[in-house]
Amino acid sequence: MGETNQNLYSGSFNIEGGNFNSAGIVSTNIKSILKKLGIPGDLVRKAAIVSYEAEINVVSYAKKAVVNLTVNSGTVQIEVIDEGPGIPNIELAMQEGWSTADQKIREMGFGAGMGLCNIKNYSDDFHITSEVGKGTHLKMIIQTP
Amino acid sequence: MKLSDVRDILDAEVIVGQDSMDMEVKTAFGADLMSDVLAFAKSGSLLLTGLTNTQVIRTANVLDIAAIILVRAKKPSAETIALARELKIPILTTKYILFETAGRLYMKGIVGCLPKVENTSGRN
Repeated sequence: MGETNQNLYSGSFNIEGGNFNSAGIVSTNIKSILKKLGIPGDLVRKAAIVSYEAEINVVSYAKKAVVNLTVNSGTVQIEVIDEGPGIPNIELAMQEGWSTADQKIREMGFGAGMGLCNIKNYSDDFHITSEVGKGTHLKMIIQTP
Repeated sequence: MKLSDVRDILDAEVIVGQDSMDMEVKTAFGADLMSDVLAFAKSGSLLLTGLTNTQVIRTANVLDIAAIILVRAKKPSAETIALARELKIPILTTKYILFETAGRLYMKGIVGCLPKVENTSGRN
């Protein structure tokens, strides 16, 4: 549809579940890609925050995940598709403070039941679907000028 | 104030970022819960924390935090130091506890990067 949907970047990244030391590598990459594309700093931070919290969730709970970054003129879209246990009750999981985190996750400074809330609050548009025993699919959209 | 003033006020040891001591800082945020840091901290602020793992550096990088002040005499791991060097994020460590660290900086003019949380949902 002309200029409004012009694709500026498309790329995918992998996250390995359980690898706590690697959590944050993908969001650091996403941050530098968006910076290079000239996205304003506050929007780059929003995108980095949502992808970082999503990464923390993947290393904490899932087997693995693919992150798709799509930058079009007007939007940054980050999709995180994991293979994992899924979320039985999304409404409950979205409640701030609700968490199933273990000690290891808490030692990293996470696991207080804020991740999905932070992701939702920093996204202009947020979608979550999940299937128990299969995995969870997050889609975050951040509007850009 | 400059990061070198922060260092002197807190009698802190500079672990990473000796060459960043001229950096200007005005605000700070203190927490050990990184999700709270991600929810509330603002870019260009100091991050006061007792957490020393690599996620502190990743969190600081995501938010463009100016520098990390480790409180309660915490020492970062070699891995944390290496990542801070790579991402060019200064780390200082002070023997003061979090309360004292915040108080001493506040007395000299550093303020919180937000005074209070008005609305816990829709915080950005």
